[in-house]
Amino acid sequence: MGAPASLPEAASRRPLPPFGEAHEQLRAEIRSFVTEELRPHAAEWEEARWFPNEVFGRMGELGLLGLKYPAEYGGRGGGYLDDAVLSEELGRCGSGGLAAGIGAHIGIATPPVWKFGTDDQKQRFLASAIRGDRIAALGITEPGAGSDVAGIRTYARKVDGGYVVNGSKTYITNGVRADFVVTAVKTTEDGGHRGLSFLILEREMDGFETSKKLEKLGWHASDTGELAFSDVFVPEENLLGEENRGFYLIVANFQWERLLMALGAVASMEVVLERVLAAKSGSRWRHAVAEMAVKHEASRCLTYHALRLFDAGHDAIREVTEAKLLSQRYAFEVAETAFRVLDGDLEIGRAMRDTRLGPIGGGTDEVMKEILAKQLGL
Amino acid sequence: MATADALLKPDHGAHRKHFIFTEEHHQLRESIHSFVTKELAPHADEWEETTFPDSVFTRMGELGFLGLSYPEEYGGQGGDYYCNLVLAEEMVHSNCGGLAMGVAVHTDMATPPVHLFGTEEQKQQYLVPAIRGEKISCLGITEPDAGSDVSGIKTRAVRDGGDWVINGSKTYITNGHRADFIVLVTKTDPDAGYDGFTLFLVDMDAPGVIREKKLEKLGMHASDTALLAFQDVRVPAEAQLGQEGKGFYHIMWELQGERLIGAAGCVAGAQKCFDKTLQYAGERTAFGRPIGRFQAIRHKFADMATKIEAGRQMVYTTAWRFANGEYPVREISMAKLYTARMACEVIDECLQIHGGAGYMKEYGIERAWRDMRLNRIGAGTDEVMLDVIGRSYGL
Repeated sequence: MGAPASLPEAASRRPLPPFGEAHEQLRAEIRSFVTEELRPHAAEWEEARWFPNEVFGRMGELGLLGLKYPAEYGGRGGGYLDDAVLSEELGRCGSGGLAAGIGAHIGIATPPVWKFGTDDQKQRFLASAIRGDRIAALGITEPGAGSDVAGIRTYARKVDGGYVVNGSKTYITNGVRADFVVTAVKTTEDGGHRGLSFLILEREMDGFETSKKLEKLGWHASDTGELAFSDVFVPEENLLGEENRGFYLIVANFQWERLLMALGAVASMEVVLERVLAAKSGSRWRHAVAEMAVKHEASRCLTYHALRLFDAGHDAIREVTEAKLLSQRYAFEVAETAFRVLDGDLEIGRAMRDTRLGPIGGGTDEVMKEILAKQLGL
Repeated sequence: MATADALLKPDHGAHRKHFIFTEEHHQLRESIHSFVTKELAPHADEWEETTFPDSVFTRMGELGFLGLSYPEEYGGQGGDYYCNLVLAEEMVHSNCGGLAMGVAVHTDMATPPVHLFGTEEQKQQYLVPAIRGEKISCLGITEPDAGSDVSGIKTRAVRDGGDWVINGSKTYITNGHRADFIVLVTKTDPDAGYDGFTLFLVDMDAPGVIREKKLEKLGMHASDTALLAFQDVRVPAEAQLGQEGKGFYHIMWELQGERLIGAAGCVAGAQKCFDKTLQYAGERTAFGRPIGRFQAIRHKFADMATKIEAGRQMVYTTAWRFANGEYPVREISMAKLYTARMACEVIDECLQIHGGAGYMKEYGIERAWRDMRLNRIGAGTDEVMLDVIGRSYGL
């Protein structure tokens, strides 16, 4: 089948929907920032188990922290697809932890403020986050509540003018550096789905403490914190959305968070594939590379489909869940294959460690399957 | 977590409107679906024993389903490429893999080269009656000693005066017994390598064309598969299809369309088995509850749904590229490989979920299981697809 290459001429390739020319321009802009200002420092930041906070300031300056947010809060007034481009391009920064830290700020911590915050809250938190002046984190997971968020125990007792919060959070990305944490708490004794609320906790508040910086298999450049709250007084103007409706806030951003993860995985596979292709020639690894490429293409096609539906405002739970499930698993498998092909290349080793979180974070594979089964009526 | 999603309205629809399809495609889908379920599916069991009758072609010709994307001047419907995807997807509802394959060989393998490379006269003589379903076509590539490696073809066509004389044999030829004409790949210049192949349109009743054997198979029982011999078959110069020496490239082009259509069929076939099995898992009880409630079974469905959707999106995305004038050989090969494997995995899981019933003939799952397996072999094996993909990166 060694077919010679003289097949019919192909038309030039258009960007795959939902992306169009405007997104490709944005992509070029972000890519040059990522390759010039992030990529060269990736190894150093991985080693340091930390990337400098100035990254946020710089990205704020460039307007990259508020692509989808309204201009009145300093954003660029774009849409989800612009953030999707950013998410893909951050996959090229050479550090899953760096991408995760930035992603947590833009993709999961600030969206609830944008969607459910009062104007005052948006001015205080969203605008400063878009400028990169204040760094945000999302605090949901607890030592006793992971994928099952109904089990949250951190309790906000109602007092005059606000709440007194006691409890702890763990696995919080940006948890060590965050200036404010969008935090899920229970506001009734029993908690559960109907007893959850969101409070914005600020670092300066008395009783707010980062109890531990956690060490991890991968995502080394990102700081993952364990937070402890002891009698933290939170004024009522920091209540985000309605009291006891917090569960809705969590769910509201799940789809977007999972889509971002899928996009990141697609980008990660692309980068790994490029690295392999740059290093290897000859036919020895032809089939291994083909297998990797197929996983990348399958993930991309499925993820873009989910993204199109989501961006068009459809209920895309099924497609988003499928994209998350497939892409996270494939991204790890692709990195693992590449590790073998490139004889233990350290950069791929980093990708392998980083992508292993995919099937866990944002809801485990098993949780994704439960959601899908429910969608199927089982 | 599960409760979280229950707050939002679940969407149980198996299909979501995709941007490549318009309202016209949707209507076409409905009309093909109704024909297939009313006029083909009821005969599936019978045709599995006897092979399907030629009248299926005339009936489909009457309904316009054999020329969906061919120009109206040749009797086609003048539709776009996506119409062929719709046909491939809906044909799986015949419950008869061999029938779907026989029709697909006619609409998407043997006639496209006539349309693209044929002279006006050839189109009138072969394409027009093929679209009407009056002439049945087949495609002759594979030989006893040349399968996926098309370059190993030995069937020779030698110039003799103004004619060509053809000698050789072809095997695994779908529609080979019923066909009125064959699009035949021959070697015309043994020294020219890839530039030594030429296509011919050969009438199957021409002297020297011998339909040797009706081959028995693992699956696809409703289709007829032939071993053909060509002994001093004399055809006129006008029988040459396309350019002399360009046959290999013509066939490589044909294979791309065929592979993508095959991939669409795999997705639809997997979806059909999935739907059927999902229903079964909701009805069949064990240990006091429907088996679909067991996590071990529930998660199988989640996995299958995910892979089916991934395959579908690969096919649609690649079809979009194709329809835009790109020649996406890499992506077509990826879609073909992924969907063929996926369909085989899905049908195997469906058989597993059906348990003993899956092993029995009456549920139709074992037949689908047998039929599906060909997809990883036909139109280029999995291994050939991996090769094409790897080579496309310069490896």
